[in-house]
Amino acid sequence: MDYAAIGLKAGLEIHQQLNTTEKLFCHSPTVIRDSAEHNGEISRYLRIATSEMGDIDRAAKEELMNQRLFTYYTYDSTGLVEIDEEPPAPLNPDALDVVLTIAKMFDMTPLPEIHTMRKMIVDGSATSGFQRTALVALNGSIEHTCRVETIAVEEEACQRIEDTIFSVDRLGIPLIEITTSPCMKTPDEVHDVAQYIGMTLRSTGRVKRGIGTIRQDVNVSIRDGARVEIKGVQELDLIAEVVRREVQRQLSLLAIKDELLARNAMVNGEVYDVTSVFSQTQSQVLKKARVILGTVLHGFNGLVGLEIQPDRRLGSEMSDYAKKCGVGGLFHTDELPAYGVTEAEVHVLKETLGAGPKDAVIIVAATEQKCRCAMQMIIRRAKMAFEGVPEETRKMLEGGSTAYMRPLPGAARMYPETDILPVPVTKEYWESIAMPELLSVKAERFVSEYGLDAGMARQMAFSEKLPLFERAVAEGIRPVFAARTILASLKELSRAGVSSEALSDDAIIAVMKTVEAGNAAKEAVIDILTACAKGMSVSDAVSRVAPAFSREELQDLVHGIVSDRVDFIRTRGKAALGPVMGLVMKEVRGRIDGKVVSEVLDEELGRII
Amino acid sequence: MNLNNSDPVTVTFAGIEMDGIYINRSGEHAIVKLSSGYNICVPESLCSPKEKTASAEKPAVIPLNQDASLPLLSIISTGGTIASTVDYRTGAVSSKFTAEDILRSIPELAGIARYHTLQPFQVLSENMNPAMWQELARTIHDEILNGAQGIIVTHGTDTMLYSAAAVSFMLDTPVPIIFVGAQRSADRPSSDNAMNAICSAKAAVGDLGEVVVCMHANESDTKCALHRATRVRKNHTSRRDAFQSIGREPVGGIEYPEGSVVLAKDAVLRGTKELRLSDNLESNCGLLQYYPGMNPGVIDAFKGYKGLVIAGTGLGHVGTDCIESITRLTASGTTIIMTSQCQAGNVCDRVYETGRDLLDAGVIEGGSMLPEVALVKLMWVLGNATRKEDIRRLMQTNLKGELEYDLWRYV
Repeated sequence: MDYAAIGLKAGLEIHQQLNTTEKLFCHSPTVIRDSAEHNGEISRYLRIATSEMGDIDRAAKEELMNQRLFTYYTYDSTGLVEIDEEPPAPLNPDALDVVLTIAKMFDMTPLPEIHTMRKMIVDGSATSGFQRTALVALNGSIEHTCRVETIAVEEEACQRIEDTIFSVDRLGIPLIEITTSPCMKTPDEVHDVAQYIGMTLRSTGRVKRGIGTIRQDVNVSIRDGARVEIKGVQELDLIAEVVRREVQRQLSLLAIKDELLARNAMVNGEVYDVTSVFSQTQSQVLKKARVILGTVLHGFNGLVGLEIQPDRRLGSEMSDYAKKCGVGGLFHTDELPAYGVTEAEVHVLKETLGAGPKDAVIIVAATEQKCRCAMQMIIRRAKMAFEGVPEETRKMLEGGSTAYMRPLPGAARMYPETDILPVPVTKEYWESIAMPELLSVKAERFVSEYGLDAGMARQMAFSEKLPLFERAVAEGIRPVFAARTILASLKELSRAGVSSEALSDDAIIAVMKTVEAGNAAKEAVIDILTACAKGMSVSDAVSRVAPAFSREELQDLVHGIVSDRVDFIRTRGKAALGPVMGLVMKEVRGRIDGKVVSEVLDEELGRII
Repeated sequence: MNLNNSDPVTVTFAGIEMDGIYINRSGEHAIVKLSSGYNICVPESLCSPKEKTASAEKPAVIPLNQDASLPLLSIISTGGTIASTVDYRTGAVSSKFTAEDILRSIPELAGIARYHTLQPFQVLSENMNPAMWQELARTIHDEILNGAQGIIVTHGTDTMLYSAAAVSFMLDTPVPIIFVGAQRSADRPSSDNAMNAICSAKAAVGDLGEVVVCMHANESDTKCALHRATRVRKNHTSRRDAFQSIGREPVGGIEYPEGSVVLAKDAVLRGTKELRLSDNLESNCGLLQYYPGMNPGVIDAFKGYKGLVIAGTGLGHVGTDCIESITRLTASGTTIIMTSQCQAGNVCDRVYETGRDLLDAGVIEGGSMLPEVALVKLMWVLGNATRKEDIRRLMQTNLKGELEYDLWRYV
């Protein structure tokens, strides 16, 4: 695809959790809990609050179409701020420090004062109905190819357990939000910039790691299309595919628009009760419904069912809009007969509504109120098809296609957080912030300075155990040995199903030091660490798994074994070395370096042969 | 440069130009709301005025549709968190909405009743005073006279219980008088204001005939509790369920959103009492919390006060070295009521020697009255009685549910 020709523009909005001890506006820990551990539940409604500019955000309005009771799981680690029962604590200075550090790494300009805002979010994911957020720095650059427009610090939202049930453990964890300009022109470029930003964030050593701790939102538009914001791409490897599929979707919608105009298609918005058409139906969905409503989309035949993205049709878009009203979805004649609806029923349906062969019919089934609401949304979306691509916020589906979430939010979604005082950022403070070495630079240094091979250097630099490695090296452990031990032990432990969390950095360092001092063999490192991870102290692990074995003790042992086999050794000569070595190693494996064994054995055999 | 609130401006900062709206000045800096919605704070010299575009459309004013078939309620707005908005100048939450604004922001109210709204004054509840309690009682009295079938008083939560208790003593009411507030600011989507207001309207058209406080019963949006005005306390600084009945169960509860009202057996019912206003108050009264080692001079300082409520320790005690000052104060004509700093329970000054000394010094036992309720009651009693025996008898008579029984019969 010639992306320049279609005028692709893409920007990123990256959200990364910061690894602070406390949350952004309260003193609760930033630890994700198992939802089964919740020990309380509260339930709340959210209402639209008027913003300082007097109008209500259109995205918020849509979310609130149905007043819903949200349930929140609380934990023994939950405080009153998280459940909006208390004013927030001041902005966490550690979080601000991390954000300013990152801003400096992107060569940005900090704002002289940080003003916290309330960003309205009434989908239930914030107990207060808003997310606290503050702009921290403006206008930076990414490797001279792209610009960072803004960096903000904000609160993480609740985790959705299901539908209207949320868990507050995640709410309030500090996030950095990095917004780039729409400077990316190809899907691969989006991937590369996202990867570079992620690497820069991890270079601070102060961001959370693992699934769900970083999320990428992508803004995509093509010429004659529209700006679409795709939320929550969690895997970096999917990001280019998401962009490719969005381009495909926008091109398809533009083609549908042209076709509709060419066909003189029309949406008159008339809605009919067609419940009686399906009075004898065998369709499970329709049988259950109290009311079935239908509308005719004139000139839409074949277009509603047209694939615009893998597994997505224009009908799916309409269905997403309808679901906002609480219906399960819709049926359209491009896909019928199916789902238990017979050809005869489709025929009667079309006849009843006066739909011709060029038309499509959409039906929804639910309560009357839900159906009416859903029909309005379907008609709205059908009319948008004449405009091409609507501006939307969308969510990513498995594989990289997307579904409609809500309209793009407007500026009215924010108003000042009056419970938080502005935080000044002085020139002195800004200048005092030290910039960490980029992980990519670190990897190069590990090669040149420590003699690690390039692969291991990169693996070590990008590993969560990087601080442990740097500490080990600082404490005098040979870098290659340290890197090998750390990387191998992580791999081996996880292979053995032993949690590496049980293994403290202190223990790993102590074990490495024991080996370097010659008090345990290199070969025994994994076994010792496994024993430690299972709860044994380092000294116990060393003495049980691999009791220190001195050269003198080894000489005694070897002498005994050799003396018992003098005849065998004399017969075989040098060829006896292998079998005898095997016998010795059986006794001492992991307790003394194999090289030493070989030396001692050589000496002893030399006396006999 | 002369920039005014909501003037469009261009901000040049960090090498980029941004459009925004000027909000206000903060020292040398200008606060500008960017088109992204964020407020930023930059040197004012970096802001330049922009040509004003057509002014943004004002939100349409929703007409107040009143259903003539519904009962008439009065909403009397006095201020507080149930009606607040953002202040551009200070960036602080302040109370500004009128009672009519409350109706606009909570349209559900229109399905429950018709409303007459008025606003005798608008203050933060910490700025309330006895003169305002009197004005409030008179306003309520007039509204009931004019046909209101229930009264809703919106009030800041900090001193709501004082106002509610004061109205209790000053008014005999045939209709429900519901005090309502919000613990979480009305500008947040999660505010308790709307639900509390809806519950209060449900209670105000219900069977009750006394003064109550209507607030969240728990931390969820599922139930409101109705607390008798003379037996309620704000027990938490910020939680939605801060208000709790002390020494008794609430007099009622309202399920939300169903709106069903359940009243306790001893709730005073609509029409039981005839409307009567006795609005005299003697505001020259004080309230003193005793603490170990308190200088007796603190008590002497109340010389000239008509009344003093002491929140004593445990069963109603003060240190022995205070007895002399108390004796002098009662002798000089100050009525002293003893209550307890304990959360609940009766005062009993006959058990220990200090207590008996206090009784000898002329102190009147306040039974289980909450200290702040005893203060309000003392103001009312001293405003309506002058003879010592009458004052004692009234203070020890259960007038509005503040006592479990008439103490004077037993002492």
